Amino acid sequence: MAISSTETASPAGSPGPGGFLLNLAIALVIMVAGIVFAVLCAVAVFAALNTVLPDIKLVQAMLVMVLGVAACFGYFWGSNRLLDVIYPPRGSRVAENINAANGIRPWLFLGPAVVILGIYLVYPVINSIVLSFHGPSGETWVGGANYAWLAKDAAFRESMRNNILWLIVVPAAATFFGLIAAALTDRIGWGNVAKSLIFMPMAISFVGASVIWKFIYDYRAEGSDQIGILNAIVTFFGAEPQAWITIPFWNNFFLMVILIWIQTGFAMVILSAALRGIPEETIEAAIIDGASPFQIFYKIKVPQIWGTIAVVWTTITILVLKVFDIVLAMTNGQWGSQVLANYMFDWMFRGLDFGRASTIALVIMAMVTPIMVWNIREARKDMK
Amino acid sequence: MTALDLKDIHKSYGATRVIHGIDLKIEDGEFVVFVGPSGCGKSTLLRMIAGLENITGGDMFIGGQRVNDIPPSQRGIAMVFQSYALYPHMTVYDNMAFGMKIAKAPKEEIDKRVQTAADILQLTPYLDRLPKALSGGQRQRVAIGRAIVRNPKVFLFDEPLSNLDAALRVATRIEIAKLKSSMPETTMIYVTHDQVEAMTLADRIVVLSAGRIEQVGGPIELYEKPANLFVARFIGSPAMNIQPARIAKTGGETVVSLAGRETVVPIPSPETLSGAPVHFGVRPEDMRIAEGDDFLFEGDVHFVERLGEVTNVYMNVKDVDDAVVVKVAGVQKYAKGDRLRIAAAPEKMHLFTEEGRSLLHI
Repeated sequence: MAISSTETASPAGSPGPGGFLLNLAIALVIMVAGIVFAVLCAVAVFAALNTVLPDIKLVQAMLVMVLGVAACFGYFWGSNRLLDVIYPPRGSRVAENINAANGIRPWLFLGPAVVILGIYLVYPVINSIVLSFHGPSGETWVGGANYAWLAKDAAFRESMRNNILWLIVVPAAATFFGLIAAALTDRIGWGNVAKSLIFMPMAISFVGASVIWKFIYDYRAEGSDQIGILNAIVTFFGAEPQAWITIPFWNNFFLMVILIWIQTGFAMVILSAALRGIPEETIEAAIIDGASPFQIFYKIKVPQIWGTIAVVWTTITILVLKVFDIVLAMTNGQWGSQVLANYMFDWMFRGLDFGRASTIALVIMAMVTPIMVWNIREARKDMK
Repeated sequence: MTALDLKDIHKSYGATRVIHGIDLKIEDGEFVVFVGPSGCGKSTLLRMIAGLENITGGDMFIGGQRVNDIPPSQRGIAMVFQSYALYPHMTVYDNMAFGMKIAKAPKEEIDKRVQTAADILQLTPYLDRLPKALSGGQRQRVAIGRAIVRNPKVFLFDEPLSNLDAALRVATRIEIAKLKSSMPETTMIYVTHDQVEAMTLADRIVVLSAGRIEQVGGPIELYEKPANLFVARFIGSPAMNIQPARIAKTGGETVVSLAGRETVVPIPSPETLSGAPVHFGVRPEDMRIAEGDDFLFEGDVHFVERLGEVTNVYMNVKDVDDAVVVKVAGVQKYAKGDRLRIAAAPEKMHLFTEEGRSLLHI
C-alpha cells in the first residue's frame, strides 16, 4: 500500500514519463496475453487429456496440479520470450533495448503475484469498510450505527484496555528478555544449546502453548491434589491455591506470559545476529576507555543495534495487536480478559453480526497499519 | 626512564605458541615501530601491551609498574585501531570524551581536553558530526584524538593507515610524525607491515618474525647492517640480492668465491669459517653497471621494470640460482637478452653465515 508508491522501478535508461507509460502499456499487454494464452493452453490440454484418461478424481487432481505449475512456467518463459521479440537484445539498438526490457521484466514477473495478492488483501479491506455500515446480515444500510454502538460498548472498552496492556507489556518484555538472552548466550560454550531451548517455544502453535500453560495454571479445589505446577508451588509454601486465569485484571498478565515465552526466542535470534554484527574493535576501544561490561552493553552495544531492536519491538507489537488464539484457548475473553481479535471473532461467528465484527476488524487494522508502515521503513533503512 | 619493559613475554593459544619470549625496553618519548610479515605476532604483541590479550608468560612493566594483571584502562595506554573503531552512534565530541565521561571527570576538564585535541587535529568544525559524516582521514584523526584525550603514557597504533588510500596514507603518515614531534615526551608504539611507514616514522624498529625479535635498531642501522638474512630481505625494496658463496680466505677482509669469481669483502671473518659456505648479499640500489673487467656478476637481462625515477633490471647470472636485481637511476633502455656486467661498492656488501647471521654481528 503506502510502501510501494514512493519508489517505482526506474530502469537506468528510461526515457522520461512518456517512456514509462509506454513500458507499462507493453507490460500490461504482454501480461494479459501471456496469462490468457497460458490458461487457454492449460485448459485445452486438460480437456484433451481428460477424454483419454480414466475418470478417476485423483488422476484429474494430479493433472490439474501439473498443468497449473506448467502454466506458471509457461507464462514466465513465454512472456520473457515475447519481451525479447519486442526488444531484441541484438542489433544496432542493443543497449537501449536491454535497458527497456529490464524496465519491463520485473513488472511481467511480479504482475500476476501483485494482482492476486491485491485481490486477496485489498478487496477484504474495502468489503469490511462497506460491511461496517451495514446491519448483521450485511444487507441493510445502517449508517454509523455500528460505530456509535462500538463507542458505548463496555466489552469493547475492556478489549481496548486489555489490548493496550498487552501492547505495552509483551513487546517490551519479549524484546528485553530476548536481548538479555542474546547477550548472555553469545560468549559461552553451551550458548547454542541455551539458544535452542529458548527458541523452541517459537515452534509451538499458540493453541498448543495455551494448552501447556493451562496445565501450569491449572486449579483444583482446595484439599485435592494440585496438578498445576504454579499451584503446586504455591501450596508447597503454605499459601492457598488460586484459579489464576479467573482473577480479573491480573489474569491478563498470566496470559501475556505465554506470548512472552513464545516471542522471547524470536527476539533473541534476531538480536543475537545483530550483536554479532557489532565491530569487535569498537568494544575493545571501549574496554581501553575503561567502560565496564555493563556500560559496554548499554552504552556501546545497544545503541549500535537500536534499529534492530526497534524492528523486533514493532514486529512483536503487530503480532500482539492481533492476539487471539491464546485468549480464545485460555479464557475465551471471560473474567475481564477480552481482546479485540477475540471480540471480533465473537461477533462474527457467535453473534453472527457481520457489521459489528467488520467495525472491530477495522479498528484493529487502523491500529496495526501505522506501526506496520514504520516497521517496514525501519527494516528497509537497516538493509541499506 | 623506561616507558615499557618486556621481560621474556610469551603468548600461546592452547597448545599453539605465537610469541616465543620477547625481551624489549622502550624508553620514554621513543617512537618504536613493530614491523614484520603477516602472522609474525606484531599485532598480538601490541594487544598484549594494551591488555586486550592475556600474557601467558613473562612480565610487562609500564612506567615501572608491573601491568600483567592490570586492566587496559588503568595501564596508561591509548590505542588507535586499524578500522578506527569509532562509536558510530556518538558525535566526534562524544567519541573523544567517552573515556573521561566513564571515569566521571569534571565537565570543564573534559571540555578542555577535547577542545585541545580537536585543535591539534583540526577537528573543531566537526565536533558535532557523527562518524559516518566524515571522510576516512577525518575518522582516523578522530581516533587519534580519542587517544590524545586519554593523555596516555604510551600511544599504541595498530596499522592505523591500512584503511586509507595511497595519497591520504602519505599525508596522514606525515601528520603522525608531526604529532609525535609536538608531543616529545609521549612514547609511541606503532605496528605496521609497511616498511616505508617503519623507516619514516621510527626512532627504533623492532623486526619480528614468527613470534621472535629478529633485530632492534634505528631505521638506517637496520638498512645498513641487518643482523640476519630475514632483516636483510625484509628491509628494502626490491629486496637485497642474496647469493650463495664460499669463503676462500678469512681475516680482516674476507675473500669469497662467488659466481665463479673471487671478490674481496671488507668484513672480518674468523678463521673457523675458512672454506665455509656463506650467503653473499648486496642491495639492488648499491650495484651499478660496470664498464671494465672489475665486476661482480655477468648476466643476461630477462626482465625490466621502468618506474621513471629508477629502472629495475632483473638478470640471469651464470652459476647463480635466483635472478639478480639491479636498480639503476633514471630511465634505461636495456632490453631482454642484453649482456651486462654488474659491480658493487665493497663497503655495501653483506656476508651471512649459513644459518643466516651477519658476520658483522657474530
